[in-house]
Amino acid sequence: MKTANIFNIQRYSIHDGPGIRTTVFFKGCPLNCWWCHNPESQATTQELLFDQERCLGCGNCLRNCPVGAIELVDGKALRAKSKCDICGQCIQSCPVSAVELVGQIMTVEEVIEETEKDLLFYEESGGGVTCSGGEPLLQADFLTLLADYYQQAEIELAVDTCGQIAWEKLGRLAPKIALFLYDLKFIDSEKHQQYTGVGNQLILANLAKLAAANCRIIARIPLIPGINDHISNIKEIGQFLTELNIKDVNLLPYHRAGVDKYQRLGKEYKLSECEDLSEERLAQLVGILEKLGLNTKIGG
Amino acid sequence: MKERVIELRRTSLETQPSISIERSRLITEAYRKYEGTVSVPVLRALAFKHLLEHKTICINPGELIVGERGESPQSTPLYPELCCHSLADLEIINNREKISFKVSPEVKAIQEKEIIPFWQERSIRTKIFKEMTPEWLDCYQAGLFTEFMEQRAPGHTVADHKIYQQGFLDFKREIKEELARLDFYDDPEAYEKQEELKAMLICADALIRFAERYAEKAEELAASETDPVRKEELLKIAAGCSHIPGHKPRDFQEALQMYWFVHLGVITELNTWDSFNPGRLDQHLLPFYQDGLAAGTLTREKAQELLQCFWIKFNNQPAPPKVGITLQESGTYTDFANINNGGLRADGSDGVNEVSYLILDVIDEMRLLQPSTNIQLSKKNPNRFLKRALGIIKKGWGQPSVFNADQVINEMLRQGKTIEDARCGGTSGCVETGAFGKESYILTGYFNLTKVLEITLHDGVDPRTGKKIGLTTGDPAKFKSFDQLMVAFQQQLHHFIDIKIRGNNVIEKLYSNYMPAPFLSIIISDCIKKGKDYNAGGARYNTNYIQGVGIGSITDSLAALKYHVFDQHNQTWPDFLKILEQDFAGHEDFRQILLNKTPKYGNDDLYADSIMTAVFDRFYDQVNGRKNMKGGYYRINMLPTTCHVYFGSVIGATPDGRKAGLPLSEGISPVQGADRSGPTAVIKSAARMDQVRTGGTLLNQKFTPKLLADEKGLNSLLHLIRAYFKLDGHHIQFNVIDAATLRQAQAEPENYRSLIVRVAGYSDYFNNLSKDLQDEIIARTEQTLLQ
Repeated sequence: MKTANIFNIQRYSIHDGPGIRTTVFFKGCPLNCWWCHNPESQATTQELLFDQERCLGCGNCLRNCPVGAIELVDGKALRAKSKCDICGQCIQSCPVSAVELVGQIMTVEEVIEETEKDLLFYEESGGGVTCSGGEPLLQADFLTLLADYYQQAEIELAVDTCGQIAWEKLGRLAPKIALFLYDLKFIDSEKHQQYTGVGNQLILANLAKLAAANCRIIARIPLIPGINDHISNIKEIGQFLTELNIKDVNLLPYHRAGVDKYQRLGKEYKLSECEDLSEERLAQLVGILEKLGLNTKIGG
Repeated sequence: MKERVIELRRTSLETQPSISIERSRLITEAYRKYEGTVSVPVLRALAFKHLLEHKTICINPGELIVGERGESPQSTPLYPELCCHSLADLEIINNREKISFKVSPEVKAIQEKEIIPFWQERSIRTKIFKEMTPEWLDCYQAGLFTEFMEQRAPGHTVADHKIYQQGFLDFKREIKEELARLDFYDDPEAYEKQEELKAMLICADALIRFAERYAEKAEELAASETDPVRKEELLKIAAGCSHIPGHKPRDFQEALQMYWFVHLGVITELNTWDSFNPGRLDQHLLPFYQDGLAAGTLTREKAQELLQCFWIKFNNQPAPPKVGITLQESGTYTDFANINNGGLRADGSDGVNEVSYLILDVIDEMRLLQPSTNIQLSKKNPNRFLKRALGIIKKGWGQPSVFNADQVINEMLRQGKTIEDARCGGTSGCVETGAFGKESYILTGYFNLTKVLEITLHDGVDPRTGKKIGLTTGDPAKFKSFDQLMVAFQQQLHHFIDIKIRGNNVIEKLYSNYMPAPFLSIIISDCIKKGKDYNAGGARYNTNYIQGVGIGSITDSLAALKYHVFDQHNQTWPDFLKILEQDFAGHEDFRQILLNKTPKYGNDDLYADSIMTAVFDRFYDQVNGRKNMKGGYYRINMLPTTCHVYFGSVIGATPDGRKAGLPLSEGISPVQGADRSGPTAVIKSAARMDQVRTGGTLLNQKFTPKLLADEKGLNSLLHLIRAYFKLDGHHIQFNVIDAATLRQAQAEPENYRSLIVRVAGYSDYFNNLSKDLQDEIIARTEQTLLQ
């Protein structure tokens, strides 16, 4: 039975493609973006999130931990990551869900069952299912099975991808996908390398190939103040899209919503100083892209 | 908004409600004069006439639609023949922090000397409590149910088109024809019919005279008016008031004035529940609007201004003061006039017209609690109409609410109404379905479903008082299966519904014998034709409702018992009950498991949802189809007004993790905070209830402003509503506000005086809500934007 590591299935997603959608979040990503607001999506393995604020300090988890990885510090459960083998006993025993297992091993059937619950809403709104992540194409075999199913069930499938994936996999899947939400951060590969951990050659090449294959694509640009919101960068991205004859672009302004998750995961957040994008700058960037003839929307 | 409307609106909003003793004095005079010399219907009619001949005439500066219930805006009469307030009541009404009315020393003195001695023993309220059985009184005290009729009269009805097509002289002709047709040889009720019809004639004349008094006053004011524009307006008012209500209205302004006189008639005759209501106003006004535009005598702007003046009239009349349990079930100044917009025409075609959009503009601009407004959304109505409504909803003050017109019609068809009557009906009060102008659809009281479970868990005993008020259905600790528990619950339910209906049947008779409403009877078909009063079964359709409260709370409670005791076996009966008795003291971890790791209604989860339908089916089976005293039937609906707070206050800790005394869930909404799978899941769970078998359900949703900030958010909401209605949902309404704002408003009420929120079927100022109710609204799940 084919399974995938899925870290969330979100109903009533209204900013991940057209209409009302259910978004399936795949765990694991080849990129490591500084601003990532789903840091729990990055590792391909299951992880535990400990929420100190919710913790009652009841001690149920440490009594149930078979490897003694948890202790109470200042009345709150604290986990030694090195000892923990993510058996999940602590999750079962926690009354307030302060421990959360990120990543459920799910079968294709389970994902289909969950995503078909809102069929009526997709039909009513012209929506469907979006596979996002993480990077869904890291689990391409599973994604293919899903795509096959949705195709025959006439449910529109969108895939939100970072593009850092072998063309062999992406190209094979492309005809089954109704819409790509394709993320672009920089045209400058060095900058890309610096802030995401990888260069962008493959990403740009893949986008060109998808465009050449007449796939429906909406480009999505996260706007991180001081990092990639320079006029030159946005202009370059816009020009690149125009050359590929891609018409639609969504701008996703930076927000700090995911910051507390870094702490719960025990990860470092490198963008702690970053401020919100100003309205003026946003309007300016929209203007640049529109001038290039791109349908530009703020948000997904 | 024109200057006059701004001023009228300001007066309406800034005037502190007060008690007027005028009506009490007049009704006492009339009873002293006529009681015992004439039949009861004629007595009521003569009293009505006396009121309308002598009550103060009030024309406010600048207004175009005239007439007040009291002596001036926000001045509110009492109805001692229904509820004779004690001096202590008046003290409370004057001093209470919320929903207070100013009571002057003079009012108190008159109440003491003239009103109380005459009415105390005669009031309907006194009669009701004298007539109720000890079992009924025990249940009432225990909070099993409330009784709508103990302080206010049956009403729960709405005007239809007839008052725009006929005047009261026309109605008089019809009444006289019926009088002439009476058969004193073969009809044993001929005499009763004669008295009722005579009473109607007196009432018709009384309303015409009342309007004439307004015409005289307007002329008098015109004579001394120096501003030529205002003079002209006053003369126009005078001309209108001497034409209608005797004759049918000739133009848009007279149509509104016609309705308003009828409204004042209904709410002066008796203190009817849900005041009264013009119903399908866009349908009724369209011909006058079109004719006015065609003739060049009306513009859209003028029509809008007239509607705004009309809106003010509703807001000037707070609901007469309630006390005791009735205050707790309906703690608000709002008097539930609820104007319908859109829907279908009698022939089944799309009813949305130019006036529908005009009314939406008026709602948007006026931002008033009364009249409340809704859209009746049919699949045949265009999305543009819904979008315009959503544009107002997104502003966050809870209006208009959204009804499924096709489902409302289906509910009426299921109850046996004709298709035309159904299509010309709609919803009123909070969410109640009715055939406008043709049906008496009485809400008789809220029913505490969760309390029945609590009593079942204690083998018939109310744990709050230790009193045995239920049946002996067995010690639940000995139940071998969940089904056994459900059987016991069903037996208790049957027992308590029986007690409620026995009481209702007596109360109905008290009203038909002592408190007929001959004026209201003129305008509700087929009272004239039958020669029967509205309160005695004269209406074409006569429906009694019992309103179920707390379906979310009882569902989650039963789900928790089933899950932990019978399925997971991780809790024994005796232990679970002990934990509840201790209100979870020392068991916070188990309470958290109940809150976080137990199936809950509202998450598209069949485990819980199938329990919801099981409870719903049992409630339906116990009530639906029982006969009332007016030749009609009992039905159920599912709404709470503010009763979920009161009902929660009489229940100890519940198995869903709710602590003792806290509010129950409201309407058919999930328990506050229990729905965590997004709005589509809530909708699918709620739609599992077979809502066509009700006369209305109420679903509240709270969205953060962010979720509706952009076009996509608004469009998605539109699709969400359409999908719910495809699933045969009855109604949905929205609070668009975040909890943080509400918490701040709670902390600094002085800075949030104009903050309006949706409660349950109506909107209210946040500051007017009790602290418990404020907390309950804050606790409702907030559907927000995902990051």
